[in-house]
Amino acid sequence: MQLAVWTYEGPPHVGAMRIATAMKGLHYVLHAPQGDTYADLLFTMIERRGQRPPVTYTTFEARDLGKDTAQIFQDAAREAVARYNPQAIIVGASCTAELIQDDPGGLAEAMGLPCPAIALELPSYQRKEHWGAAETFYQIVRHLADKSLVREPREGRRARANILGPTALGFRHRDDLVEIRKILDCLDIEVNLVAPLGASPADIARIGAADFNIVMYPEIADEASRWLEKTFSQPAVRTVPIGVGATRSFIADVAELAGADPTPALGDTSSRMPWWSRSVDSTYLTGKRVFIFGDATHAVAAARIAREELGFEVCGLGCYNREFARDIRAEAARCGVEPLITDDHLTVEDAITAACPELVLGTQMERHIAKRLGLPCAVISAPVHVQDFPARHSPQMGFEGANVIFDTWVHPLVMGLEEHLLTMFREDFEFADEHGASHLAAHSPKAAKVAAVSEAPVADIPAPAVAEADGSLWTAEAERELKKIPFFVRGKAKRNTEAFAAAEGLTRIELETLYDAKAHYAR
Amino acid sequence: MSDATLLDGCSADYVAPATDRPARDDRPVLRERGQREVFCGLTGIIWLHRKMQDAFFLVVGSRTCAHLLQSAAGVMIFAEPRFATAIMEERDLAGMADAQEELDRVVSRLLERRPDIKTLFLVGSCPSEVIKLDLAKAAQRLGAQYMPRVRILNYTGSGIETTFTQGEDTCLAALVPVMPASDPQADKQLLIVGSLPDIVEDQFLRLFAELGITNVGVLPARNSRDLPSLGANTRYILAQPFLGETAMALENRGARRVEAMFPFGAEGTTDWLAAAAREFGIDEAHIARVLAPGRERANKALAKLRGELAGKRITFLPDSQLEVPLARFLQNELGMELVEVGTPYLHRAHLARELPHFSDAVRLSEGQHVERQLDRVRADKPDITVCGLGLANPLEGEGFTTKWAIELVFSPIHGFDQAADLAELFARPLRRRDRLEV
Repeated sequence: MQLAVWTYEGPPHVGAMRIATAMKGLHYVLHAPQGDTYADLLFTMIERRGQRPPVTYTTFEARDLGKDTAQIFQDAAREAVARYNPQAIIVGASCTAELIQDDPGGLAEAMGLPCPAIALELPSYQRKEHWGAAETFYQIVRHLADKSLVREPREGRRARANILGPTALGFRHRDDLVEIRKILDCLDIEVNLVAPLGASPADIARIGAADFNIVMYPEIADEASRWLEKTFSQPAVRTVPIGVGATRSFIADVAELAGADPTPALGDTSSRMPWWSRSVDSTYLTGKRVFIFGDATHAVAAARIAREELGFEVCGLGCYNREFARDIRAEAARCGVEPLITDDHLTVEDAITAACPELVLGTQMERHIAKRLGLPCAVISAPVHVQDFPARHSPQMGFEGANVIFDTWVHPLVMGLEEHLLTMFREDFEFADEHGASHLAAHSPKAAKVAAVSEAPVADIPAPAVAEADGSLWTAEAERELKKIPFFVRGKAKRNTEAFAAAEGLTRIELETLYDAKAHYAR
Repeated sequence: MSDATLLDGCSADYVAPATDRPARDDRPVLRERGQREVFCGLTGIIWLHRKMQDAFFLVVGSRTCAHLLQSAAGVMIFAEPRFATAIMEERDLAGMADAQEELDRVVSRLLERRPDIKTLFLVGSCPSEVIKLDLAKAAQRLGAQYMPRVRILNYTGSGIETTFTQGEDTCLAALVPVMPASDPQADKQLLIVGSLPDIVEDQFLRLFAELGITNVGVLPARNSRDLPSLGANTRYILAQPFLGETAMALENRGARRVEAMFPFGAEGTTDWLAAAAREFGIDEAHIARVLAPGRERANKALAKLRGELAGKRITFLPDSQLEVPLARFLQNELGMELVEVGTPYLHRAHLARELPHFSDAVRLSEGQHVERQLDRVRADKPDITVCGLGLANPLEGEGFTTKWAIELVFSPIHGFDQAADLAELFARPLRRRDRLEV
């Protein structure tokens, strides 16, 4: 048993729902008790979809157990097929139905339905949402692809690619797809198929007609792409074009497979991120300590951007999906940090607290953690929230995605000159650093705001009531000095000074100790 | 005629035994079964954990349960919530002894982290019930270990047993056995049953005091270890219409129910308060004097909304069991026309003062076959449809105006001073529809 308050991923059948909801002409018959229909609201509320997900829930109750749950499944499947007339159905069980072992796949097969029924085995007590999505997509492709299809000779036609991975409820999938299409257009490559988003079972049948595959999200499409590689000899592009460097590599990889000239795509004049990063006002970004956590693909991409494209220092890196831990380990080694592979958000919170970052890049979960700790934060990965579906175009992929990332990550930080002013005039009560970045009322840490304002007129020096430093270890003078350090580096300064004092065998931290430690840890 | 009479034209694939409830009203009810677009009883934790400030809810279930709670709550709760899920994994399913040991481990870790917890509810889920994990036994064992610091209780919130608000019912029913026994010689006392927002609870307590009823308890109490006493001198009044099991548990301990309408709108609130007052022998003139100001305030505030809502046709899809009293309020006090009133479960005895307000033209339905019910919505074309979050945007996408039912559970809507707020919840979607030009 695992104690969980919040979870990074839903159960695997929610992954299957993300595939079914992304597609057209496919229906999912899910053997599940009353209440599992909550999953519909993920799509209708978080993603604001105007249609119900194409899912029929059998809705069995306690009194049906041991009697006719199999019959309930067959009735539901028959009715769903009659009502929605799908080209194919997928059938499976949620966690409770898995325990009663009705075998939805076998039941559906025995019914002689007028459309193919694809059975899903998604072990709810072992696996999670991303795995469920990948397995479902793989089973759909394996069952529906026309294996007799022979690709036309390459001569005299444009190169053809499948774009694989975008789903319903994906983090910016809608907008990433636009950027990928833009690049392929620029390279004069024909899109044979996008799947699962917008594809019908009939479309999937001609998946073998493409020359190669683009795996946008390995968490979703890697398994299917490996089967396609084997079955249709379709090579795959696995570079995920998040960030300027990754986008350039992606263009090069795609151009090579298509036999195209990459120059037009590489020369995209709307790529502003490199210059924005070189612009002198960005100097203050140098060496900012950033903690990164998310799904492996987005976290790895974020780490590379942080290091190479914004000049940050990665002080923590991790992912919640164990299946892709290897990628995180490799990137963590490049960053010189210990990889954090966990789906326990309390562990992540501890790691963030210990790392004392100046910026957190994470999921909605880390956004909450950062808010509690008073740290700036930007969201880079699923699990998603209604705010992750903006009305405007807001991709992560391609050069435009890099532009968006620059804005999104830099925006929560205290800006360059403001940072200096905060350091210089720490004791101005209207300018207290607890107010956070001046352009971010909604995001700024609220703690101690009232206290700072009410105390200031009484005393020049803020009362040392705040339990920031341990009174027994720190002298009052050193503690006051510590508070003059801006909040976004104060935690680090405190920790370093205490570590320094411990190493030197000091029992008391004097004003001098603080500056000795500063010199000791100078970068 | 049995009370399970089905309407023509609708498939009678399920007829409940007619004997499971008293035949107080023989109005035909459309009983349906099929896909239900409702939450399970675990969802009640979202408001119960805020109401009982020293209680913690530990769901023993699957990743799906944890995901439901997180999705229903929105990932919007900033403080660490007083609920969590013990997620069962493959190895827990292998042997029962293991599962109990694992549960002990999880509970001890939790209680270490949260020394402020005074009551811990072990909440059963679909998977824990299917594998017959005995949570009553676990609660007993752990209770012996942690009492008196922590009281450990159990109830079910599983979807195979409970629908949405029934989770509060099973939770409160679990509290009844641990309520202290009242002195048999003591004066009559009043017990308000059903969780209410604190502000509404305080309003009612003030009104009862003014009426002259001094000994008033509430279930659930804000402090779960501070439960009111219970016995043959207890008269209880339901503030919520979904508390069938709790009522039975209270009756078993000698308490008697005060029959009343539910306190929605000026009419319902008057009836509810007056019924309790009469039970305590308060004279009519005093009742009228105490209730008049609140009722007048409510009527005045409602008058402003009547123009917007009168004559509008409304359909309720089943959600919280609040549907019947809310429909009565909208019809009687705002002049709305009821097309279909769907409820997950129709408790005729508790609704005996509500149902007679409906004319025969009102289609009353119990249970759900969501596809057929949506077909009826499309055919009926109501001006506003009350439904769950999974259906609201899809119906809006088809051009229907909707009201999210869940807001009715999460907002203060009971009592005189919330009557207009309640009406406003229905007026706002219509006003918005009229206002938008895009």
